[in-house]
Amino acid sequence: MSTDSYAKIRNNPKFQELVSKRSSFAWMLSIIMLVIYFGFILIIAFAPAFLGTKLGSGVTTIGFPIGVGVILSAIVLTGLYVRKANGEYDELTRQILEECK
Amino acid sequence: MKRLTSFSLPALGAAATLFATNVALAAPDLGAAQKQETNWHAIIMFVLFVGMTLVITYFAAKRTKTASDFYAAGGGITGFQNGLALAGDYMSAASFLGISALVFGNGFDGLIYSVGWLVGWPLILFLIAERLRNLGKYTFADVASFRLSKTPVRIFAATGSLIVVIFYLIGQMVGAGQLIKLLFGLEYWMAVCIVGALMMIYVTFGGMKATTWVQIIKACLLLFGASFIAFMVLLHFGFSFEAMFAKAVEVHPKKLAIMAPGSLVKDPIDAISLAMALMFGTAGLPHILMRFFTVPDAKEARKSVFYATGFIGYFYILTFIIGFGAITLVATDAQYLTGALGTLNLKGGNNMAAVHLAHAVGGNLFLGFISAVAFATILAVVSGLTLAGASAISHDLYASVIAHGRSTEQAEVNVSRMASIGLGVIAVMLGIMFEKQNVAFLVGLTFAIAASANFPIIVMSMFWKGLTTKGAVLGGFIGLLVAVVLTILSPGVWEVVMGNPKGSAMFPYSNPAIFSVTLAFLASWLFSVMDNSAQAQSERAAFEDQFIRSQTGLGASTAASH
Repeated sequence: MSTDSYAKIRNNPKFQELVSKRSSFAWMLSIIMLVIYFGFILIIAFAPAFLGTKLGSGVTTIGFPIGVGVILSAIVLTGLYVRKANGEYDELTRQILEECK
Repeated sequence: MKRLTSFSLPALGAAATLFATNVALAAPDLGAAQKQETNWHAIIMFVLFVGMTLVITYFAAKRTKTASDFYAAGGGITGFQNGLALAGDYMSAASFLGISALVFGNGFDGLIYSVGWLVGWPLILFLIAERLRNLGKYTFADVASFRLSKTPVRIFAATGSLIVVIFYLIGQMVGAGQLIKLLFGLEYWMAVCIVGALMMIYVTFGGMKATTWVQIIKACLLLFGASFIAFMVLLHFGFSFEAMFAKAVEVHPKKLAIMAPGSLVKDPIDAISLAMALMFGTAGLPHILMRFFTVPDAKEARKSVFYATGFIGYFYILTFIIGFGAITLVATDAQYLTGALGTLNLKGGNNMAAVHLAHAVGGNLFLGFISAVAFATILAVVSGLTLAGASAISHDLYASVIAHGRSTEQAEVNVSRMASIGLGVIAVMLGIMFEKQNVAFLVGLTFAIAASANFPIIVMSMFWKGLTTKGAVLGGFIGLLVAVVLTILSPGVWEVVMGNPKGSAMFPYSNPAIFSVTLAFLASWLFSVMDNSAQAQSERAAFEDQFIRSQTGLGASTAASH
């Protein structure tokens, strides 16, 4: 890892592509997670009655699928990121490192 | 169930007070407990667990020679194994017993905590995990000191780590003593000493390898135990959630109120503050961050967060079913209650909800199993904490600050071993000193400090070119100080713990994060932009190389290749 390969990487258009693609994907997912979670917290703080809305004729309320949905969304979002990062982005990284040896 | 019948009322009163504080501070913990008759099922199963982990420690010790072995298990842990170990490091006995107790007492409100404890994980993945893996070697301070001045940054990072580790350890030790007294019928001091001795053995001899396997085994046992309880509960209701909820509403004194958010979250600022502490605090816990150096590369680091998030999310859904199961199967059975049916006062306090439920669905043998799992759970968490604290002392303070990078690897590992023993002794002493104290606030405080001191500096050093040493150190210490001071001035500590009159707390909220995290970011920004020294210029110039390495892994430490 010479200073030389750092300079090569910096000037490689694929590096710019990797950085912009991966950063925008990661930030987008982070923002989705923040919106989901803080949205959930704000509903609890400002409109708790909404989560007590009954589903159908029983006692089950809409709060439960929403709460479990927040948990599942965390798992799904991490899965999406890992899939894309370990596939597409890692392949791009490999090419960059190969070209800039 | 004879062993759970001899509870005095004062103990229950104490447990109830603790529980109320927990609610205010978002920190489920284990409450005060009365000593029980000796529980032989539990003890035999626990001895089996300890025997197995000691054998693993023996083999791990034989293969732990270099610093990389000691701190990072030689980088040879797979993503799946690390995911389990992360889950084992994170799922504490307090979250197992505390969250199911919250659900038992309040229904839906317990879910708010389950969600809060989980949502930090995706953020760790998207923003931190691979950069951490690419830039660091053994501790998160490696990342912050990559281009900043080593001595001040390492002193700050070690301070942040050690404060988090010690506060977390006190909470775990006191919880361990109470829980083991309750479940095993051992004396409090004896329980604390056993936990302390075992964690010192694991960490000192087996380093990260032994710690990792203790955490993996614990995670499997805990997930199995919780799955079994939840399965039996659902089986009882023919796998109909509606039937379970209907029964719970019928028997719970709060009736339909348990199906919607209740009084747990009153003030929007408090709600957001708590949410910030839980979410960002998770991403600033040194024992969690350290685990990312045990995998060979960024790819495995990412996978491990996915598995960890899956296991932890699944576990929190289970604790939720367990809480409702306890309402329907435990609160309706007089043998678990101190009062009349419909009063919800459990023998041993409400943190026993999951334990009583284990007995209700699986008899004495399964009760013993769950008790042993709870003990194992505490051991796994304290071992991870001790290792993280010892690394902060040896890798950050000793090797970089005291020896100025001129120490040998062997000397560093020896210091780390001594530090593990030192931390173990301190943890046992503090655990015994704090026996009668209300430590419920400590978990909340730990997360607030991790979110206000460690998290902002990690994020700023990774993402912002302009960060300088002065900005990082001042910003971090300001976050740390504000988090501690505001916690002390909050009603939960100022009034409940310190006994000042009600209404006299100067800080009206229960969690400081919304103020302390924001201040830490602002201060590190402000002191960085004001810093125009030559050193600051070269630190900004060095960002480019750090950025390339963090993105591509070029030159990243490959612990596995030695």
